[in-house]
Amino acid sequence: MTAPPVLALRGIRKRFGSVQALRGADFTLAPRELHALLGENGAGKTTLMQVAYGLVRPESGEIAINGVVRTIASPRAARRLGVGMVHQHFTAVPALTVAENVALAAGWKVRQGLLRERVREFAEGAGLPLDPSARAGDLSVALLQRLEIVKALASDARILLLDEPTAVLAPGEAADLLRVVRGFTVRGGAAVLITHKLDEALAAADRVTVLRRGAVVFEGAVAGQSAKSLASAMIGDEEGGEARRPRTANRGRDGTVAEVELHDVAIRLEDLEVPRETGYGLAVRGASLSIRRGEIVGIAAVEGNGQRELLRAVAGRLQPLRGRREIAEPVAFVPEDRTTEGLIPGFTLTQNVVLGSRADDPWIRRGRIDWRLARSRTAILLEEYGVVAPGPDTFASALSGGNQQKVVLARELARRPRVVVAENPTRGLDIRAAEAVQARLRGAASDGAAVLIYSSDLDEVLALAHRVLVAARGKLLEVPADATRAQIGQLMVTGGR
Amino acid sequence: MTDSLVLLSGFLAAAVRVATPLLLAATGETVTERAGVMNLGLEGIMLGGALAATLGATAAGPWAGLAVAVLVGMLLAALFAAVAIGARADQIIAGTALTLGAVGLTGTIYRQAYGIGGAGLALPTLAPLPIPGLSQIPLLGPALFDQPMPTYLALLALPLVWWVLFRTRTGLALRATGEGAAMARAAGVRTGLVRTVATVVGGGFAGLAGASLVLAQVGTFAERMTAGRGYVAIAIVVLGRWHPLGVAVASLLFGAATALQYVFQSLGLDVPYQLFLMLPYGLTLLALAGAVGRARAPADLGKA
Amino acid sequence: MAARTPLLAILLGLAVLAGGLQLAGYDAAAALTSLWRGAFGSWYAFSSATLVRAVPLIVVGLGIALAFRGGALNIGAEGQFYAGAIAATWVGLHVAGRPAVVAVTAVLVAALLAGAAWVLVPIWLKLRFGVLEVISTLLLNFVAESLVSLVVQGPLQEAQGIYPQSDPIAEVARLPLLPGTRLHAGLALALIGAAALWYVVARTLWGFRLSAVGAGPRAAEISGRIDARRVTAVALLGSGAVAGLAGGIEVSGVSYALFQNLSPGYGFTAIAVALLARLHPLGVVAAGMLFGALEAGAGAMQREAGVPAVTVYVVEAVVIMVVLLADTGARRAVGARVAA
Repeated sequence: MTAPPVLALRGIRKRFGSVQALRGADFTLAPRELHALLGENGAGKTTLMQVAYGLVRPESGEIAINGVVRTIASPRAARRLGVGMVHQHFTAVPALTVAENVALAAGWKVRQGLLRERVREFAEGAGLPLDPSARAGDLSVALLQRLEIVKALASDARILLLDEPTAVLAPGEAADLLRVVRGFTVRGGAAVLITHKLDEALAAADRVTVLRRGAVVFEGAVAGQSAKSLASAMIGDEEGGEARRPRTANRGRDGTVAEVELHDVAIRLEDLEVPRETGYGLAVRGASLSIRRGEIVGIAAVEGNGQRELLRAVAGRLQPLRGRREIAEPVAFVPEDRTTEGLIPGFTLTQNVVLGSRADDPWIRRGRIDWRLARSRTAILLEEYGVVAPGPDTFASALSGGNQQKVVLARELARRPRVVVAENPTRGLDIRAAEAVQARLRGAASDGAAVLIYSSDLDEVLALAHRVLVAARGKLLEVPADATRAQIGQLMVTGGR
Repeated sequence: MTDSLVLLSGFLAAAVRVATPLLLAATGETVTERAGVMNLGLEGIMLGGALAATLGATAAGPWAGLAVAVLVGMLLAALFAAVAIGARADQIIAGTALTLGAVGLTGTIYRQAYGIGGAGLALPTLAPLPIPGLSQIPLLGPALFDQPMPTYLALLALPLVWWVLFRTRTGLALRATGEGAAMARAAGVRTGLVRTVATVVGGGFAGLAGASLVLAQVGTFAERMTAGRGYVAIAIVVLGRWHPLGVAVASLLFGAATALQYVFQSLGLDVPYQLFLMLPYGLTLLALAGAVGRARAPADLGKA
Repeated sequence: MAARTPLLAILLGLAVLAGGLQLAGYDAAAALTSLWRGAFGSWYAFSSATLVRAVPLIVVGLGIALAFRGGALNIGAEGQFYAGAIAATWVGLHVAGRPAVVAVTAVLVAALLAGAAWVLVPIWLKLRFGVLEVISTLLLNFVAESLVSLVVQGPLQEAQGIYPQSDPIAEVARLPLLPGTRLHAGLALALIGAAALWYVVARTLWGFRLSAVGAGPRAAEISGRIDARRVTAVALLGSGAVAGLAGGIEVSGVSYALFQNLSPGYGFTAIAVALLARLHPLGVVAAGMLFGALEAGAGAMQREAGVPAVTVYVVEAVVIMVVLLADTGARRAVGARVAA
């Protein structure tokens, strides 16, 4: 280890508005190393790597590549220095072909036939085969992820920064991906794996750096670390060493379902068929399901298996093609994307609460809105749900993600729903905000609502749900009560075949 | 028989002549829209190009007029780009404002330069340049090879634009910007720069279109003389499905619809001419209904 | 800040005008003086030039505010105005001998319906094929102008068949005037319309839904369970109807006849009016009066100082740009907080 580190970040500081995202963070990546970068949401992991990739300009600090101090002003500059990044959100242009996307990223010449051949050979050589003529928009999530890595490798990246690459993958696919990354380091590259999954870091990485509130709190070899030690580094000592989100005792497959009071059925689906939200074809193919009041049912699925359409059909936001659908009213719906579907960022909190209004809401009187009443009710809701905001007249855009999500929940749960449908309700939230949201969902169930949730985080599904179903290729599969996490993962990928 | 052949030949030549400014403006707007920018200021830029061509031609001959028009077109487009791309303001409204400003500005400058009398017919114009041999081809010869310079420029620009868009790295970056600016940025494309350049190039074409209207078609300037041609060019881009070849066909269709009016007039048919003026617009609306169902606009078109 | 920006925009627009005129060799001070005199110099100038000019701008501006609030970019108010004017003229020529109330009402309702009908095609194209209303409404402007040209040389041409314009409409079909001025009752209609739209937007559930669709169409649909397409369609329809009504008011209150170029671009100027008012119905009244003054003054400027009247379009363009840039800046400031 006498060679200089391939990437060294020293004393990086970065502020966004009033938030100090990075406070003098250091990071060192050695040659041929797979280095895990751990931290809670908002700890600054992604920002730190964006600094190395030229997407974010630090206020102060130093970046060295192979021992030479560099200024990285843009991703273009980063790529010239051999730094490639695989983003959490895919960066392939959907309307372009795989070959065109690779050419765009790598700066290859655009000679259609030759380009396709070159991309095909390159992808196969990297162990990540792809159809070069396919439109990126038609690829599955796993293939898109693969395209992202091919793009980075085609740009001659020697340093690969992977931002939560396994977040959208099924367990089996995630293992495959980590193998490819390991192969890359074996061939002489170095990789950073941004993650919040402790077991992943422990299993795959050589070394680990833990960030907390923009500063490094731990740096060292993985060997000798445990989930517990890393978790206490991530969360801080005052919180204790509890690994991840607490799990409820009353999970169905533990046989404790009897603890849940079961009332009458509030959601009943029979042979439901729902079209795809975008384009033609069926997303849900003959789903049958009943959920009783007080029960939380969780859907585990790899993205794009019809769970989104299923939830939206239950919430009354999508019209099914065929089948029976009996849903008790009122229905609360927590959509996945807070800022485009859950809230109107340019509206005040009061306006956003009124947004979900029905004719029977107290502030609606024969088509007129009593804004004073709406405002005072909103103020009460903000208090009750612990929303950190100056008041009901604040614009929704001024709130943090966690507080925005609380506003959505407050609005949706305020009318005492008999059915609650939530998509990825804690995505992007830090642990405390996520726990608050989960507690609200449990509370809604114990108040007598039938709750249907989907989360791309299998652990969250397991933590929240009394009963777990797997959605695969538009069908719902029962999960045996004694199934292990690995078996559920298996079911998600294979669809039970 | 020969009479109707002469008539048809004249009709085709007129169609191409009328189509030339539209084709030029629409070709430029294709480049602009492929990068994700809708420039409703096109109408104003054409008008600016037309006045610039008038002033340039009066001062130093028609070729100078063409050159000045292109420059002014690029300048006005750069102004639009500064607001709509640089400051990320709403493209539709910025374009409307640019057109409004150009109407005022051209009217004022024109009045200031030529007084009440106007530029009149003393303006040096661009005569048709028959290409020896080719212009003798029956029917198509006069239509395609006996036209003023701007028509040839337009016809040469088409394959060039196609090649740049679909066979070069620059074109790939430009299309990526229009289809997914955030993703193109992640791939290292300087999308703001790409959009600005695409808009300025489109402006140069629109300036040239205005010049061709003055120097190769009408022969003089008049207030608001573009009469909506800039807007029609935007419709043509949609009708042509954002593809140079489609845009060429759509432009010709428009030219033909207008030229039909002359044919009916020369035949002495008493058909209200306004119907023919309406025809191309109605045609576009119909075509929009049919064309948009199948064609797909760049995904990020019009988004800041 | 919200109230200061439009004022700043106007001042900047006038400053650009003055500077430009001075550069072009005009006497800027004299030009601005005649601009002021033409707009506010006397009671007659104010009532019969400024306010008369303001009425169509206010009414069309209300229509545009309605459309823009609902997320529909109606660039075709000019065409809808003409459609209303044609219908109003036709009815106005056929109501002689009826009571004035009936006649005027018939004229205005016809204009309203014609404006709404004119926007049906863009609505249908948008709902059925996803055609951007920006393009379709715009194209129909040119169709409407050709239609006016056609009818004033055809079915609606004056009796002698010489001039391309219609006969004057029946006396009973004309809006009453304020004695001693050319100011007509259309102003009252404009003010009532503004108050009504304000009430709808600020106090009613439907008005709230309209604004929600404009501000966040996805959230309006998913969280508000609002049929956004329908709201946008209704906003477009209402917007067309109001612009058509403006055409009817102009025929019934000012021109009494139909001819080409009846509108000096009201449909486009009103976009500036609505934007300057930030789509607030009461602000539209103020902005409409301001632009009315500007255009009334422009006439005087051309007569007295020899400055072409179209020059004021430059002022309007500057006003739109400044308001646009200021609003965009404000949005960015909010956006920066979101990122944090």
